[in-house]
Amino acid sequence: MTNALIDFILVSVALLAIGIYGMAVKRNAIRMLFGIEMIINSANLNLVAFSRYIPNSQGQTLALFSIAIAAAEVAVGLALIIVAYRMYRNIDIADFRSLKG
Amino acid sequence: MVDSVFLALSVITIGAAIVALEVRSLIYGSIALMIALSGVAGFFLLLDAPFVAMFQLSVYVGSIAVLILFTVMLVRRELIFNKVEDKRRRYAGIGLMLALMLGIGTIIIGSGLKSMDTNSPMIDYKKIGEDFLTYYSPALIVMALILASSITGAMTLARREDVIDDQRAD
Repeated sequence: MTNALIDFILVSVALLAIGIYGMAVKRNAIRMLFGIEMIINSANLNLVAFSRYIPNSQGQTLALFSIAIAAAEVAVGLALIIVAYRMYRNIDIADFRSLKG
Repeated sequence: MVDSVFLALSVITIGAAIVALEVRSLIYGSIALMIALSGVAGFFLLLDAPFVAMFQLSVYVGSIAVLILFTVMLVRRELIFNKVEDKRRRYAGIGLMLALMLGIGTIIIGSGLKSMDTNSPMIDYKKIGEDFLTYYSPALIVMALILASSITGAMTLARREDVIDDQRAD
């Protein structure tokens, strides 16, 4: 292994920061979902990196569970976006202020 | 020391992540997201976790990115290229991003993680499969139920009849 643990952690921090930037700035609902995906991926990268360097197989197991849960989350999120798009004919977050009933 | 494969992968991953958020068209954005997620799968391969890497490729690149692409195609054409955002909010967001990178980065570089290195053999993925079927089998069943219920919920949400009636009314 020529790469140290800290290199992977730094890449993961960069992905996390980019994801938070996307969540904070973008008003397009699908782009905010992109940000969420990046944050989840940085967490998974962290889990697998630590599981390699400790070494312990549980990190990889947790990463696998996390990937599967993320798939469920994206399916529900996209369905919500489609419902909101049908109601407002728009995917701008600022238009979703009165999402009631 | 990092090797050239790691450098190339990190440039591709972080560059594609930025492109996914900043490019005008959402379609190109989702393709860039696909590239970024494949880059993360490459990191998993570098970390000797081929099982997680293949899982990432099949779940993220194979299903989630395609799902996002289909959703993008469902919305109106001008919304795909529409990019409304506040200038000041954007600069504040870039500032927040850089502050996070520098802050967490210095904390991590200053911590004891720097000296952590390993020569231990890679984790056998047979052991992961064994764990899944023995120790983690209740969690696996619960995860399957969560996936099934979330997909049922997504389908019910996406075809709500009253929402379609609302749309006809206006």
